[in-house]
Amino acid sequence: MLFDTPAKENPIDRAREVGQPRPRIDGPLKVSGTARYAYEQRDVVENMAYGYPLGAAIAKGRVRAIDTAAAEAAPGVIGVLTTLDVPRHALGPMNTAMLFGGDRVEHYHQAIAVVVAESFEEARAATALLDVDYAPEPGCFDLERVAREIVGQPFCEDDALVGDFDDAFLAAPVQLDVTYRTPDQSHSMMEPHATLAAWEGDELTVWTSNQMIAWGVRDLAAALDLPRDKVRLVSPFIGGGFGGKLFVRSDVVAASLAARKVGRPVKLALPRPLIANNTTHRPATVQRLRFGATEDGKFTAFGHESTSGNLPDGGPETATQQSQFLYAAPNRLVGERLGVLDLPEGNAMRAPGEASGMMALEAAVDEMAEKLGLDPIEFRILNDTQVVPGKDTPFSQRHLADCLRLGADRFGWGERASLPARRREGRSWIGIGVAAAYRNNLLMKSGARARLQEGGGVEIETDMTDIGTGSYTIIAQTAAEMMGVPLARVTVRLGDSRYPVSAGSGGQFGGNSSTSGVYAACVALRTRIAERLGADPETAVFEEGEVRWGNSAVSLVEAASGGEIVAEDSITFKGLGEKYRQSTFGAHFVEVAVDAATAEIRVRRMLAVCSAGRILNPVTARSQVIGAMTMGVGSALMEELAVDKTRGFFANHDLAGYEVPVHADIPRQDVIFLDETDPISSPMKAKGVGELGLCGVAAAVANAVYNATGIRVRDFPITLDKLLPHMPPF
Amino acid sequence: MPSDFETIPRETGAADGAPPRSEVSLTINGRDWSGVIDNRVTLLDLLREEIGLTGSKKGCDHGQCGACTVIVNGRRVNACLSFAVMHQGDAVTTIEGVGRPDALDPLQAAFVAHDGYQCGYCTPGQICSAKAVLEEIAAGVPSHVTRDLEAPIATTAEEIRERMSGNICRCGAYANILAAISEVAEGAR
Ligand code: FES
Ligand code: FES
Repeated sequence: MLFDTPAKENPIDRAREVGQPRPRIDGPLKVSGTARYAYEQRDVVENMAYGYPLGAAIAKGRVRAIDTAAAEAAPGVIGVLTTLDVPRHALGPMNTAMLFGGDRVEHYHQAIAVVVAESFEEARAATALLDVDYAPEPGCFDLERVAREIVGQPFCEDDALVGDFDDAFLAAPVQLDVTYRTPDQSHSMMEPHATLAAWEGDELTVWTSNQMIAWGVRDLAAALDLPRDKVRLVSPFIGGGFGGKLFVRSDVVAASLAARKVGRPVKLALPRPLIANNTTHRPATVQRLRFGATEDGKFTAFGHESTSGNLPDGGPETATQQSQFLYAAPNRLVGERLGVLDLPEGNAMRAPGEASGMMALEAAVDEMAEKLGLDPIEFRILNDTQVVPGKDTPFSQRHLADCLRLGADRFGWGERASLPARRREGRSWIGIGVAAAYRNNLLMKSGARARLQEGGGVEIETDMTDIGTGSYTIIAQTAAEMMGVPLARVTVRLGDSRYPVSAGSGGQFGGNSSTSGVYAACVALRTRIAERLGADPETAVFEEGEVRWGNSAVSLVEAASGGEIVAEDSITFKGLGEKYRQSTFGAHFVEVAVDAATAEIRVRRMLAVCSAGRILNPVTARSQVIGAMTMGVGSALMEELAVDKTRGFFANHDLAGYEVPVHADIPRQDVIFLDETDPISSPMKAKGVGELGLCGVAAAVANAVYNATGIRVRDFPITLDKLLPHMPPF
Repeated sequence: MPSDFETIPRETGAADGAPPRSEVSLTINGRDWSGVIDNRVTLLDLLREEIGLTGSKKGCDHGQCGACTVIVNGRRVNACLSFAVMHQGDAVTTIEGVGRPDALDPLQAAFVAHDGYQCGYCTPGQICSAKAVLEEIAAGVPSHVTRDLEAPIATTAEEIRERMSGNICRCGAYANILAAISEVAEGAR
């Protein structure tokens, strides 16, 4: 199905299932511990052995030799595979660092060996016996140094220059020129990357934890030099990804190679202390924001430049993405610079680009509002735009101002003291902050197979994944709506490369795109069923378990009595993404209390207002948003990978050192979805929310901390040591 | 103290330099289990790898995340931080012993009703931890935020948040987990 004109009225608009607050259909499996994650696939193979990986202890250089004798002689050991035994392999188009093979060490904890043994304990113990001879080389690990060296160099892409920024900025009566810093962050999903790899002849099956099944097959086949049809990837449950499982990682490649070597299935999980340096992370940024405005608060010059680093051939953290779209200004300078760093591979983490970009941008906008003496909400609305600045492309929908106003009303924005450090309760300074939320709405081709089973049940198969987002449930709701059956009559099978290729889970495109693919498959199935019954597919109505046309009605049970009916289709998006800028908008509100003596920051309440098209399931959508708000609190107040700039690695590489929010950090959270549909986005008229919920949260926290204390911290995270020297008199 | 002595598992000795193994007997979800295991096997890996009860999760293996929380003799423990051979004679309850998909415990049902999860990986640990938390509060065990050590402890949001803080949920379902636990606590009152 080609989607190239705005959606008309369709069966989804009945909204009997889609849009209803259904509990997750996979919920009982998850709460009873019976949902099987990758490392837990026990019954699928026999004679499985345990793999344990070794990470490089240098950040850059070569592995000269690895003495495996002691490990090989250790109890229970079946075999040892080192990076010197296998050549460098092909990488996926979006990856830069080698996963397993060759003598080059490109980053700390790069996987360089795997020991296979009869038990986990034996494999782990023997790994400690490996003796590695390294030839280290010096590397560059300091983003500040890189940023100084490449200042003024051309941007990676230069399509976001409009008017004459320099002149307009200099001429502006009100100016702001500030630099913000965001740190390296770790996905820290709860389930470590894990794989069970099994060969049957020249065919490989991996049970793994992966967000993008088809990318995984493509990249694994390339890495092992296999035809794609010899590789099967299965990932029915994923214990969180956040972008860290978009690509196959070293666990998949090492387990597959090791399984081939020892001739037995091998399962391997990345030990938690390896994950931060072995896998990918959100790269740190240095962002300079320069704003010029008229006295009455209209932007005349808007500058946002970001610098980040990555391994050679890696990409920049696209932290200025939103700055092309969020506020009007006739003169604009927006772009990114990229330097080389020998830290682990920087890559996508939830809302790549916008998450760190909005941290800086929306805090700087708060600073500008204060300079102008304007209310931060009114200032944002004053500079709102209904077209892409400098391009005149319209937004498919843009309700940013509505989100801000509604949120202000619900949150009690009126209680906010317009001057900082004015509101005191007991020993705490109280502050309220706001930030706009913005994230682009991406569309991805997505396919599915729909089956009317004998007995009248409906089955959907697609390689879509559920990383906690609720895919199982919204896909079932979509199929139920389209086929006119109750939710309980729908079976959903996900996460297997034997099923049609879907959008996968990433970039908040998964929900909208994958359900649109299911919509397309169900339209095809409806046609098949109608044809069998001799009805007109265009006018036949599917509801209450029946197909109705003219004066006839036939139950689906009867329709399937002559055998199951199967149809497959995919949705392809064309044209509307270029004609319209499709984005999601929102507003985040945060109240904090800062202890007047200790500067301890407590978030007291949070509200997100989201404008994101049709909400397919308000229960799971809300969960995505509160989860994102929680991650935003982490970004604002605690999350930072500490770089050892001498040895070149992230020093706090586990869940004790890399702090993420816990129960006690998270207060009451409210979420409001604007009641809307966006027919330009897809037949589902939906968009994504999972990343929107994160974009701007940290800035809202920062702005609340400023409102509470009068202290502006431009170096995230805002830890109390950065506040203490500047606290207002007790 | 002969009875204590008896609870020490018998090491079977290490033949051919093989790692020492011991005989252990314990009760898991009401069923007796005994076997000879490598002394280095954690309670978590005994459950997950030896016995096949994969409901208890391994998030870190270092006592940092709470995903492996199980209940031993009525108290919650991080199963990854405890060797299986230390549990001779113990009664262990895992998520599989709390309820089944078709016969959920009220707390499990409340997690479903309040969407107290996303990916589900921290969930068994959250639920086992929450079961123990409610019992700890009922038993008058104070926490860092308990103000009056003499009075009965109220099951407030603050108490639950504090006591649940050893169970990380990176999906950030905390507000919903709190709602689920609170509902069950209120029902019990
Ligand atoms: S796995 Fe035991 S605390 Fe994380
Ligand atoms: S539900 Fe994913 S970590 Fe809690």
